[in-house]
Parts: sequence; structure tokens; C-alpha cells
Amino acid sequence: MFYLSNLVRSKGDPKVVRSGPGSLTSVDYLVRALGWFSIGLGAIELLAPARLTRPLGMRGKEDLVRAYGAREIASGVVSLSVEKQAGLYSRIAGDGLDFATLLAETRTNNRRKGNVTLALLMIGGIACLDYFAARGLRQQHDPSRGSRRIYSERSGFPKGLEAAKQFALRIGKPATANKPATARVS
Amino acid sequence: MKALVWHGREDIRCDTVTDPQIEDDRDAIVKVTSCAICGSDLHLFHNYIPAMMPGDIMGHEMMGEVVEVGAGVNGRLKKGDRIVVPFTIICGECDQCRRGNFSCCETTNRNKQLASKVFGHTTAGLFGYTHITGGYPGGQAEYLRVPYADTTHIKVPDGVSDEQALFLGDIFPTGWQAAVQCDIEPTDTVAVWGCGPVGQMSIRSALLLGARQVIAIDRLPERLSMAEAGGAIGVNFQRESVLERLNELTDDKGPDKCIDATGMEAHITLGQPDTVLDRAKQMMMLESDRPHVLREVIYACRPGGVISIPGVYSGFADKIPMGALMNKGLTVRTGQTHVNRWTDDLLRRIQEGEIDPSFVITHTMPLEQGPEMYRVFRDKQDSCVKVVLKP
Repeated sequence: MFYLSNLVRSKGDPKVVRSGPGSLTSVDYLVRALGWFSIGLGAIELLAPARLTRPLGMRGKEDLVRAYGAREIASGVVSLSVEKQAGLYSRIAGDGLDFATLLAETRTNNRRKGNVTLALLMIGGIACLDYFAARGLRQQHDPSRGSRRIYSERSGFPKGLEAAKQFALRIGKPATANKPATARVS
Repeated sequence: MKALVWHGREDIRCDTVTDPQIEDDRDAIVKVTSCAICGSDLHLFHNYIPAMMPGDIMGHEMMGEVVEVGAGVNGRLKKGDRIVVPFTIICGECDQCRRGNFSCCETTNRNKQLASKVFGHTTAGLFGYTHITGGYPGGQAEYLRVPYADTTHIKVPDGVSDEQALFLGDIFPTGWQAAVQCDIEPTDTVAVWGCGPVGQMSIRSALLLGARQVIAIDRLPERLSMAEAGGAIGVNFQRESVLERLNELTDDKGPDKCIDATGMEAHITLGQPDTVLDRAKQMMMLESDRPHVLREVIYACRPGGVISIPGVYSGFADKIPMGALMNKGLTVRTGQTHVNRWTDDLLRRIQEGEIDPSFVITHTMPLEQGPEMYRVFRDKQDSCVKVVLKP
């Protein structure tokens, strides 16, 4: 993995020998997997909708599937970004839309109701994964985690705030404020 | 050795890496005793700064003990010296260094051509940052190679602790420069957007430079409380209108001097719809930065005032109110910090007890817990303001 990036490093630069524990959690990995799944499924829906409409008995609804494909790709891209939660919520909303669309197919004279039922079960399973990932992310990023503290004692002025103000009044502008050209290397 | 290594977006790992080696006569090797996670490290963590590569070592705020020096260091450093390493690598000889514009050093960026393409001209090499600024390995590690070590250092005298000295390498001079750039007069009101570590240093610096009134804008109670402890009037932008409050505090004139200590990752909230639009555009690669604070600063600043921008911006920002900027006759001053321009003076102030920058430290952890602390710092959990890591 580092072969290419090591090409730009100089001889004395440190190079990775062994990877250690990282900042990504199991929830992050799950979200990434769901994001890539979303992009993959979206690409199939967008580019080859007939591969889905045929086995589901939904011929003639290719344009609808293409639109769903565009939505899947958008959700996938957002899920892979820093705003993962927004991506997951859009995926959950999309799961609902997919579910409603397929549920309507079970009430028509669709000959492939068995496949539709199977697809509904799959969507249900994936929706559960989306929900658990979204919940895990929310807990992980919750700003109220840990203790809440107030730092009213931390002025940064060892001699006190009033002394700092008086000091500023007494000395006026420090030499460094207006004479950058006099700077020197220590 | 152990080091915190960038592997991709939100993926920092505590890896085992090879030890750094001296490459040039002016190099030195430093055993890092303390390093910190900086707000701008979060831009790298989120992969908003282009040209990071897997395997890059993070960290540009560090200090330690010299353990090896090259032949060309000429006695300016010796084994056993305690030094703070400024995040800007400087040669001390080029025209920009002679002018004191150290962050514009013309020599030290080893990827000058790339920087010239991106910025128009090269800028100084930086530790633990993008390859546009040289791709030098950073100091969130047990050891660090310091290029141009004879000039790129600040010696730490006895009696000054790591915690007091560490921030001389970045956030303290950054906050100081932000305030100095404001040309503060004794009658001035200075408003500071963002009460992270650089904002906190800007607030103290503005006060030490004689500002009559300092106003601090943020949304987190712990950060606002720290700002108020430093003499500022806190404004919570989630609870009140910033513009109305600023006008109220300045007799409808607006703050004379404004400091944007937030930069490219302004908080996203539905109450400020431009932040949502910026984020959408950022995701579609139509804009690299989210300049909500910059827009508000231009709008709020008193005509004839000065805007100082220590917050990091990386590339392109949309919908900047140029009409207000021009018609109000505002002066904008910005830049990466010319660290060594200010450090003699700031070190003296620390030694004389005028200020102690360690007030900002809220978490001290071993280096191995660095990856987790990136998450805690990013999510503002556990009232985290500043993390110091001990290798």
C-alpha cells in the first residue's frame, strides 16, 4: 500500500513497518461497507435497470429504477464522506422508498411475487444494518460523551486578569507589534 | 519507533515506523518529549487539505531533546539541548527569512514546483502537513528529523516546563500574530470568532496588546467559559444573533478589529443556511472551504477596520461579500505564522510570568492514545480543548 507514497519520501524519512491501532471503529468500517454497497447497487440500477426489473416482474419501470440508482449513488457518496450520518439517514429513507415500491408490486398480478418477497426481506435486513450503523455513529460522535467541564479558572495570566490589563496599559504597544522587519532568527 | 500515521480520511493509526536519519549537514534528530494535536490537524484528518499520502506522519506542534546533530549545525545546537520545533521550517538566509517572513521561506519546501502551481509561489516547508508544503514527517512520533535545524528551533531555558513552552511552536505565536496584525489601539474592540486553542491565544494576545474590549464567539460552554476567564465577553452564536450582540456591545459601530480563528470548517447548522450550502458544494467539489465566518466577519467589522485571519483556508471559497469588504474599506491580513518572528518576545513573557499558555491543555495522554484523541478532539467530547501527547 505504501509503495507508491514511499516513492516521494526521502531516504531519511521514516516509513511504516507495521500498522497499529487506528481511529476507525467497527461502526466506521460498517458505514464504509454500506457506502460502497450503495454506490455498487446504484451503478447497476442506473446503468442496467433491466437486470433488476426482469426478475422482479417490473418491466416498463426502468426509468424509476434509474432514478433510484441515482439516489443510491448520492447516498453512498455522502455515507463515505465526513457527513456519514446524513448519508445513512438518506439510505434509511431510501430503504423505506424501495420497500414501499416493492410492497406495491405484491398487490398486483406480478408473476414474480416470490422474488419480490425475497427482495423485500433483503431490504429489511439492509435497513436494519443502516439503522444500527446510524445509531452507532450517533453514539460515537455524541458531543455529550465524557464529562462536561467549565474552565472559568483558566485565565492563562499567572498574575491575574487585572494585572495583565494593567500591564498592557503600562507598556503600550510591544516592540514586536510594529517592527516585523527587525525580527531575527533565534 | 511509534508514530501517528495518516492512512486516509479519518484514519490515523499509531504505527511502528523506521527511525528518522540525518540526511543533510544542517539536520538534527530530536527525541520528542511532548507534542500536541492542532486544530489544523483536523483538516488533514478530514482530508480537506489536498496532497496528503498514506504513510505521512502527523504533527506540527512538538518539542524535545536534541539527540544527534549534523556537521553543519555549527554549534548552534548540541546534544541534550531542549528545543521547541516551530511548524515552519526556515533557512534563515533567503530574502523572505531576512525580512522576517519566515512562513514564506523560499528554500525549505522540497516540493517547490508543486507549491508554485497551487499557490503561485512556493511557501515554507511545514512539518506533518500536505506534500504541497514539502511533505515533511511530523512530530507526533518518538523521534523527529529537523531539517535546517540550526535555524529551525527555539531553545527552551531551564525553569520553563514542556507545557509552558510547547505552544511556542504554533498556537501561541499564531494567536499573537493574529492580534498584532490587527494594529490594536487602546480604544479598540476586538472580536474573535472561534474559541479553540488559536482563538484562546488570540483573546489573551489582544488583551496583552491593549484592547479595550475583547468579544469571543463560539457555541460550546466550556470554550466560552475559558474565553471569559481570559477577559473576553462570550457570545453563543446558537443562542443569540452575533451581529445584534456585536452592535449592542459597540454602540452599533461594530468591532474595530476582527479575528477569524475558525477557518475552512465552519460549524454546519440549519440556522445558518449558507453553512449547509457550503457543505453540499464542498462534497460536490464545487468549493473547498466553508467560509461562513469570513462572510460574517466582513459584514460585522466596523468600516475602516482590520480583519485578521489565522484560521486555515485551503483553496477556494464562494460568495465572499466583496462589496462590503471594498465599500467599508476593510484591511485583510492573514498568513501562516512567522513563528520565529515572535518567539523571543513570547518566551520572555512566559518567563516573566505575564502569560502561561499551558492554561489551554485539557487532556494529556500517551502517544498510543493519539488516534482515539483525534476523535475526541474532533467531536468536542469530554470538554476537550487541547490535547497534549507524550511519546
